[in-house]
This record gives sequence, structure tokens and C-alpha cells, in this order.
Amino acid sequence: MKGIGVSPGISIGKACIIEKIATSVSGVLLKSEEEKELELKNFETAVFEAVAEVEALKLNERLNLQSEDLEILDVQIEFLSDEQIKSDVEDKINVELKNANDAVIEVIGAAVGLFASMEDEYFRARAADVQDTGTRILRHLNHKMGATNQLFDENTILIAEDIAPSDTVALDITKIVGFATQLGGKTSHTAILAKAKGIPAVVGCGANLMQVNENDTVIIDGTTGEVIVNPNAHTIEHYRAKQKQFSQEMALLKQLNNLPAKTTDNRQVQLFANISNADDLELVFENGGEGVGLLRTELLFMGRDSFPSEEEQFRFYQQVAIKSKNKPVIVRTLDIGGDKQLDYFNIPKENNPFLGYRAIRICLNQQDIFKTQLKAILRASAFGNLKIMFPMISNLSEVKQAKECVNQVKSELRNAGIEFNESIELGIMIEIPSAALMADILANEVDFFSIGTNDLCQYALAVDRMNDNVSGLYTHFNPGVLRLIQTVIEQAHKQHVHVGMCGEMASDPLATLVLLGMGLDEFSMSAFSLPHIKKVIISNSFSKAQDVVRKVMEMDNSESITAYLQEVLK
Amino acid sequence: MISKDYVILAPQGMHARPATNLLKLTKQFKSTISLKKDEKQIQLKSMLNILAMSAKCGDTVSILIEGEDENDAALALDSFFTKELINQ
Repeated sequence: MKGIGVSPGISIGKACIIEKIATSVSGVLLKSEEEKELELKNFETAVFEAVAEVEALKLNERLNLQSEDLEILDVQIEFLSDEQIKSDVEDKINVELKNANDAVIEVIGAAVGLFASMEDEYFRARAADVQDTGTRILRHLNHKMGATNQLFDENTILIAEDIAPSDTVALDITKIVGFATQLGGKTSHTAILAKAKGIPAVVGCGANLMQVNENDTVIIDGTTGEVIVNPNAHTIEHYRAKQKQFSQEMALLKQLNNLPAKTTDNRQVQLFANISNADDLELVFENGGEGVGLLRTELLFMGRDSFPSEEEQFRFYQQVAIKSKNKPVIVRTLDIGGDKQLDYFNIPKENNPFLGYRAIRICLNQQDIFKTQLKAILRASAFGNLKIMFPMISNLSEVKQAKECVNQVKSELRNAGIEFNESIELGIMIEIPSAALMADILANEVDFFSIGTNDLCQYALAVDRMNDNVSGLYTHFNPGVLRLIQTVIEQAHKQHVHVGMCGEMASDPLATLVLLGMGLDEFSMSAFSLPHIKKVIISNSFSKAQDVVRKVMEMDNSESITAYLQEVLK
Repeated sequence: MISKDYVILAPQGMHARPATNLLKLTKQFKSTISLKKDEKQIQLKSMLNILAMSAKCGDTVSILIEGEDENDAALALDSFFTKELINQ
């Protein structure tokens, strides 16, 4: 069975099924004013008791509630005493002559339906809060007990249709090792609770989950979303091993997360991440990332049938700016062409697309596309620390033209009285060998460089690594490639230009000491790689890294270099 | 009557926590305070109604305030939307 893994890790335990309290519409119609009065009173009492119950939960010391738990309960109280719900229920009693039970079911049902149909995942997940409110009021109307006072055995995996928000707070979770629910998504309360407490969870498993019986052995993998019922001994063993590996990795992550990326002799570098949208930022911060070295903007342009408007783009960049908590974010302007084609933007067939019409070459030729993007980024720069980076630079004139475009857009915004960051930093990708070799000239023009090693290697070595016949020649440890990188860093530093790297080499632990020793200022990679690179940095010294560079630069082939670096890292 | 537009700066949009705080804030004033997004307008009294607007990060909303303490309410709401909301 497969669901959505929302809280990583593996748990193996015994199933405990939480049944939903059944509620049904009675269909009774009220006959007199007295009955109406009575039902209004019953509703009022039920709400009063429900609020009191939640207030009592807030004070329950056994639960050891954290501030986020208290917030869930505050939200619940706010819903329970919601004026709109109250007046809707009262109308149903007064006008439609429903009893309180039926009125609550209908009002809550309509509200749940409204939320459940929303596009945004967060708001859709609020259906659970509203349902929770209704269930609690109904429970008090019908004088039933809650399920949250239940005691669990050791190693319990909780199986439920969904876990109500306030239940997630009130559950005695000390014995619970995992959650699996039929409903829910990434922002459901089960997911939030499980993540906060570090308990593996899989949600959205579908109706099949209800075939699990009480006390069945269950394995859940909160990373992949796998749920296995009554596994054989071999499978259990396999997952025990995975469990162990996962906990070791988590321990590493936890240990490193809040440490600065500083060598033992106090040289500090920046560890950034490569992202494609604002949602990726959460993972970046979880893994100790301090900023974004590459925001790819292609996603915004792909999978559609026309160019996105300035407004659409603005919202995309603005989301990133806001969610980045003022940490630096390097936005790369459009990098299409090569292997990335847009259906609605026809580039004539080329014999050598990687040497063809792509990235900044398109942007400078069709400046309307470019300026729309620049305007959107600049507007968003009022909301966070955004920087702009131009890809595929091969000469000085391209940099000057791109900067001129930025200046034109800036003055348009200024004239229109629109806010933006006047001193926004501008940089370029170093991914074409000519740019690497003329780093001294280009450094005059920009605030930062970012070395794109994937293309730099491909262009420097003249190797298409997707071609099996030649891919063996592709390595960033080729002495020629290393010399290019070293030149870029040295020349940039002479003019106090910051140098980052956003290609795959930045996430290769074997390369870390070499890059560190050469003086690279910033490493940008996928969020998952961050702890591994940080580990190399904090357990070595800068002087050792400089030694490593001296030795590596004396070697004449990539095989010896790789073997030597493996030895050093041992 | 005072009316002012704000861009929602909370990364998650106007979600349950900021909505709860907004309700707590508006309860302190006698003025009638409404929230408007696109064609929808609601009074700031109900959590359900605020969330039902589904105001996301980057959306623009209007706040309308009418009553004897509208100036004080406007000041408090201004600080809520431009400062507090960013961290929620």
C-alpha cells in the first residue's frame, strides 16, 4: 500500500485502529417554540462544554504542550465560538426547524465542503479543523466520550481515517511510533504533528488502509510513503537495517544543523541550496542551508502555452523573497535553449543546441521577454534579499548589455514609483571557458560569480556526458577544469568579487577540500547534500585544504587526483 | 471610514494562526472592521469567514474600518499587516 510520506523515518509496530464517531442526521423537525428554545439552549451548552474541554486540555500538564500545540487548541476554540457557525446553526433551528444535531451536521458539512474544494493545499487541509469543531460539538450534544483519553501499548502505529487537529494534541504519543491515515495531505495536522515530534507518518493511504486489523504488524516508511501490513521476517529485517541507517543520518543532521560551516581554523564559507520554487525553501532551512545560490526560473516558463505575465512572475519571485526570511537568494534569469525547450517559443532546429541560441543570447535578442522577467524580479526585491544572475555569459559585451537592461527597467520602476532594491547585486554564471579565462575582465562589472560546473566541464572537455561513448571523459577533476576554476577564484578575489559554485561539483564531498582550499566563498547544492558537505568542512582545517590544493595542482591526471582525494578524506 | 490595501506577507498566507491573532486584535475595537478580497467582503468576526477567503501570500486585501475608534484600529491593523504578519 502506498500513501504520501509526510514525516520521514521508518517504524515497525502493532496497529491500533481509531474508529470515527458516527454521526447521523435524524430528520426530526421541531414542532413548537419550546422545542426551538430547548435546541438553541442545547447547542449553546454543547459549545460551552466543548470550549471548556479544550481550555482544560490547554492546562493539562501531562500533555506537556508546546507553543505550536497551544496554537492548534486556540484555533479550535476560535472555531468553536465562531460567530458565523453560530448564526448559521441558529438559523437552521429557528427557520428550518432542525434540531441542534442536524443543524450542526449541515452547517459543518457545508463549511467542510467549501474548504475541501479549495485549490490551495493549506486551506484545503483546514476542512479537518472545521470537521473537528463539528465532531466535538456533536459529541457534547449527544453526551459521548472522546477517544483521546485512550492508553496505548508500546510500539503502537496509529491507524485512522484522519486524526483530528485537537486529537493530535491530546493524544498520549509517548507510545506511538508511527501514524498512517486514510485521508490527508502534506499540510494535514497528522503531518504537522508527526513532523514536530519526529514520528514517521504516511497520510492519504486511501480506503485500503481500513483493511488493517487491530494488532497487525505494520511497517511504515515515512520517506517513501510505503505501508506494509504483516510483513515476513525478511522484510522486517530489511526495514530494521534501513531504520538504523536513517537514525544515523538524522543524528548527523541534527548535530550539524545549527553549526556554522567553519573549518577547525575558523575559515567560514556559505552553504547555499539550489531551488526551483518557494516551497523548496523549507527543506533548505531544515538541512542547515543559509541561502539560495541558484533559483532556477525555468519551472515558471515550462509546462504552459505562453510566456508568464509580469504579474505571475512577480508573485513567484515574491513568494520566494518572503519565505527566504531575508537570506540571500540568487535568481538566475531565463536559461532556456539547449536541452530545455518551451512549446510556445519556437527555436529553429539547430545542429548544436548546446552551442546555439540559448539563455542570455535569447534574452538580449528578445529584450521584451528579458525585461518582463527583470521587472518582476526587481519588484520582488522589495520583499527580500534577491540578487540577479545572468547565465551563459561568454564575453564582456553581454554583461554590459544585460546590466543596461537592468538599468532601463530600474528607471521605469522609479518613474512609476514602484518600490525595489536600488542596490540589488548583479552577478554572472561562469560556465563557458572563455568567461573563466577572462574572469579578471568580467570581475570589473559584477558583484559576484557563480561557477556552473556542469556546463563548464562539458564545454571545457568537449564531452556530452549523456553520450555513453564519451561520458567516461567527463570529470571535474580533470586538471584543465581545476585550473579554470582556480583562475576564476583567484582573479575574482583580486577585485573582491564573491565566488560561489552551483554545479554538481559543489555537492561532491571529494571536491570539497579542493574548492575550500582554492578559496571558494559559497557552495550551493541540493538541500539533501548540505549536511554531508558541511561535515567535511567542519572536520578539516583551511590550511590542510590549501595543502591539498597544492598537491592536487601538481598532479597530471584525474585518476591520481581522485585516488589522492579519497585517501585524504578517509 | 478608513480603507487601506495590504499585501499578505505571511509566507503561508492568511492561515489559522494569523487569522486567530487578527480576530483577537479586532475584538479590542468598537469599530466595524471588514476584510475585502476581490469581490468578497466579510466582517472580521469569524475565523471561518477569514479562512474561507483563502488569502495567500502575495494576495492584496483591503481593510475597511468604520466607527468611533477607527483611527486607533487603523494604526493597530497597519502594524499587524506590515510587521507582525511577516513572522507568522
